[in-house]
Amino acid sequence: MRLSRRMVAAPTALVAIGLLLTACGSRAGDEAAASAESCVDTSGDTIKVGSLNSLSGTMAISEVTVRDSIRLAVEEINADGGVLGKQIQVVGEDGASDPATFAEKAEKLIRQDCVAAVFGGWTSASRKAMLPVFEDNNSLLYYPVQYEGLEASPNIFYSGATTNQQIVPALDYLKEQGTESLYLVGSDYVFPRTANSVIKAYAEANDIEILGEDYTPLGSTDFSTIVNKVRTAGADAVFNTLNGDSNVAFFREYSNAGLTAEAMPVVSVSIAEEEVGGIGVQNIEGQLTAWNYYQTVDTPENQAFVAAYKERYGDNKPTSDPMEAAYTSVYLWKETVEQAESFDVADVQAAAGGVSFAAPEGTVTINGDNNHITKTSRIGVINGDGLIDTVWESDGPIDPDPYLESYDWADGLSGN
Amino acid sequence: MDVLASQLFTGLSIGSILLLIALGLSLTFGQMGVINMAHGEFIMAGSYTAFVVQQVISSAGVSLFVSLIVGFCVGGVMGVVLEATLLKRMYHRPLDTLLVTFGVGLILQQVARDIFGAPAVNVATPEFLRGNIEVLGVVLTKSRLFILILAIVCVAILAAALKYTSMGRRIRAVVQNRDLAEVSGISSRRTDITTFFIGSGLAGVAGVALTLIGSTSPTIGQSYIVDAFLVVIAGGLGQIRGAVIAAFALGVLHAVIEYSTTASIAKVLVFVAIIIFLQVRPQGLVSVKTRSLA
Repeated sequence: MRLSRRMVAAPTALVAIGLLLTACGSRAGDEAAASAESCVDTSGDTIKVGSLNSLSGTMAISEVTVRDSIRLAVEEINADGGVLGKQIQVVGEDGASDPATFAEKAEKLIRQDCVAAVFGGWTSASRKAMLPVFEDNNSLLYYPVQYEGLEASPNIFYSGATTNQQIVPALDYLKEQGTESLYLVGSDYVFPRTANSVIKAYAEANDIEILGEDYTPLGSTDFSTIVNKVRTAGADAVFNTLNGDSNVAFFREYSNAGLTAEAMPVVSVSIAEEEVGGIGVQNIEGQLTAWNYYQTVDTPENQAFVAAYKERYGDNKPTSDPMEAAYTSVYLWKETVEQAESFDVADVQAAAGGVSFAAPEGTVTINGDNNHITKTSRIGVINGDGLIDTVWESDGPIDPDPYLESYDWADGLSGN
Repeated sequence: MDVLASQLFTGLSIGSILLLIALGLSLTFGQMGVINMAHGEFIMAGSYTAFVVQQVISSAGVSLFVSLIVGFCVGGVMGVVLEATLLKRMYHRPLDTLLVTFGVGLILQQVARDIFGAPAVNVATPEFLRGNIEVLGVVLTKSRLFILILAIVCVAILAAALKYTSMGRRIRAVVQNRDLAEVSGISSRRTDITTFFIGSGLAGVAGVALTLIGSTSPTIGQSYIVDAFLVVIAGGLGQIRGAVIAAFALGVLHAVIEYSTTASIAKVLVFVAIIIFLQVRPQGLVSVKTRSLA
């Protein structure tokens, strides 16, 4: 076979042209990032926002419901006349349960679709991946899920709870109930480990003994040894930061081993109404949860929210805390934009502090210093219908304190 | 002392679950040389069978026993369909079977998601299997005792069938020397199908059993498939006796390590132990001399 010059030349030329194009492309990109010139189009009758949730992959089970409640809020606002006289148009994207995809899609929403703000994200990994994208492009993300705290970005509005609005109240509640020892069980990744370091610091300052701390790989389904350890340790209560399917195996093993909610209650921070069905009510009835919102919360705003959600998506669909936080975040964006009388990021950031909204969970207000919101904290007990009844709630909304600066015992934690 | 006894029971229980899952694999992988990554999804099919049967028969006790039979058939039929449509074209190409069955597994997961939804569904445990019995201070959960007995029964039936029935003799003959079996008048084609039906059916039974302890979700098979392959390899390919010993040994080892360390470390250490063991004894615990060249 003869190797003609053309056969070599053609690919070489192609590669050269390709390199040239990428070079130009990336230079153009750098310029856009440097000036962070927003391409948001505010001239028409509509304004675009992004909805970025995992519609496929392992997180889809949770995040699809969040997407649904974002849509519900947008439809309600549009029916009510929109924002600054403009109808909201949602551009939906799938983060595919993969942090890198979240970052990539966020960039696409900001640069190509020119959205005014993005709503979404669930895992801390997805948020951490998106954070630099929103900061570099100077755009806005509304993040609706409770998380481990120790973060605050001017480009992210956190509408889920931070630790002092969920975990600390849960510990206060247990202490009030006379709990003197705890056993910690969690999935092996960032949220449970950070949450447990907060819990251990609290325990040390409040004379609560930590009798054990166990992590299982995500998706793990054998809890016989851990339940054995928990039973032998004989703690007053168990603090559960397990995620996903592991909860099913854990609670089945727990109740089969004869451990009851009366003798040794389990407090969970990531089981909401929709997960109870899969666990089986009989295995978890009477156990405790810590959240800011339950479907049973008795406010007129919540009755309207639950009714609207069920009418839109079906009577058998429960509402949960992250869904409520997502719904609320759309309204908070609307209120802030109207306060600022502008869709411009800098104007929205400047106007955000003090903006409040009568949410289903109770009135929430944006804290301008850290972009988190005030939230009412609630301890609930799972009832026989698979819903959660509030057994304790804070006196009004609690100010967000993501770095736990107001607690002496948390001194060593804020560093990381 | 109580702790030791409790962990021993835990280990036996983990072992019995591994065994139930590995038993079918020991037939299809060990004896036929097919790396069936969709075995986990046959387990999932068994779990969802238990869920569907329970929607029809409301008594959880009756539905469990009906599910065990129906689950065996559902798993078996799925296995036969897979064998007849795809695998029969690729015997002696183990890497191809791995890729193809992995793909089939992903498709089956998505099908389950479309039919039953992504969240886990709940299969109620019968009243008589809830709770535990205490023997000399050791708490034995009833559902785990039931699985232990079920595993023993399955092994006994399978071993007896292989040893005493003509079908069993045909299977063993084909495994030991396919060509010689053929010239002796045994249809290796029919034997392959039978073997696959039984192996996949056992996956269905395992799936039904798993609903007693864990979640019923599209990814349930994924949590067990790797461990099951380890049991089959450590036990010695195609050796039921080896699979039994390996499953219980791994279960007890895991339980003991996990009690004194953590779940993640236990998983790693058990894995390391298997690797070291296979360095010393690559053929697994039990190996049988055959006249075949393989």
